[in-house]
Amino acid sequence: MSLKSTQLPTPTPSKSRTLRPTSLLNGRISLPKRPAGTVYRGREGMWSWVLHRITGVGIFFFLLVHILDTALVRVSPEAYNAVINTYKNPIMGLGELALVAAIGFHGLNGLRIILIDFWSVGTRNHRLMFWIVIALWIVLMLGFAPRHLMHVFGAQ
Amino acid sequence: MAVTLNEPRTKDSPVVRRGAGKNWEKWGWVYMRASGLVLVVMIFGHLYVNLYAGDGVSALDFAFVAGKWASPFWQWYDLVLLWLSLIHGANGMRTLINDYSISPIGTGLKKLLSPHFIMKSALLGATVVLLILGTLVIFTFDPCPVSSNPELLPSFCPAAS
Ligand code: HEM
Repeated sequence: MSLKSTQLPTPTPSKSRTLRPTSLLNGRISLPKRPAGTVYRGREGMWSWVLHRITGVGIFFFLLVHILDTALVRVSPEAYNAVINTYKNPIMGLGELALVAAIGFHGLNGLRIILIDFWSVGTRNHRLMFWIVIALWIVLMLGFAPRHLMHVFGAQ
Repeated sequence: MAVTLNEPRTKDSPVVRRGAGKNWEKWGWVYMRASGLVLVVMIFGHLYVNLYAGDGVSALDFAFVAGKWASPFWQWYDLVLLWLSLIHGANGMRTLINDYSISPIGTGLKKLLSPHFIMKSALLGATVVLLILGTLVIFTFDPCPVSSNPELLPSFCPAAS
């Protein structure tokens, strides 16, 4: 008997994380539980890309505003200080924390992308490198966040 | 439908590409990586000096910036940072426009009025304007402007109190 591809049952996503092309069910060989090629979707590869893209866009729009507000030093000391002082409140302070978090991830993950592209075993280790990026990012944030929050919330 | 296959081992017909051999897309790819390497180091330094060292954000004001830009080192540092990061970001945004908006098929007015073309023009325009603005600000900057409140000036200015 030959099966046409259109007669195959619709693949359902399997609960287990490991890909098994075939498995024994009641002693009979069953068809793959999900299509090949989903090792990417929903996993480290996809999420690192999503985060890299979102942080990149966020930083870009921040940079547009940042160049404009810094340009105020050319207008007058008063103009620059007036605008910078409106940034000195808890909401913007948390925004600065988010900005550093975004740049930290984008930068570290950017190095991971470069290693995937140029290091002979980069592709093979991209998942491990993602978790190393997350670990380094946590260390970075632990170093930055407390000190920054102290500056924002007044304690020296 | 009948398909004619070439004899085995016939040479491929020469590929004619637009832009005659200059692979701009590849250089964009290389630029993202080369600038990225420099940017990690420079942005870390930028954030460390402006946001972390000393009193962090609470120390930012005109006198702080003037103190930095009185030295050519920080002028050039910030100039390189401006150009590298803005071009990196803009080229990244170009990728997003290419990914999410369909490029127009028509020419002339049809092309000029397509969202794809308008977004790319706005991106290019904003980038060029900000590069010029930022460069002019860094190099025409006067740390001790006369006729402004002496209390806001850095301590090395003659008028500073
Ligand atoms: C901290 C240092 C940085 C590193 C190491 C870095 C690295 C990278 C790399 C390797 C890419 C991938 C390019 C590709 O896939 O072809 C990328 C994309 C991008 N970067 Fe950066 N970058 C940095 C800083 C920045 C900054 C400051 C901005 C904003 C001004 C930015 C905005 C973007 C954008 C918008 C993309 C496109 C994202 C996408 O295609 O999904 N990056 N970056």
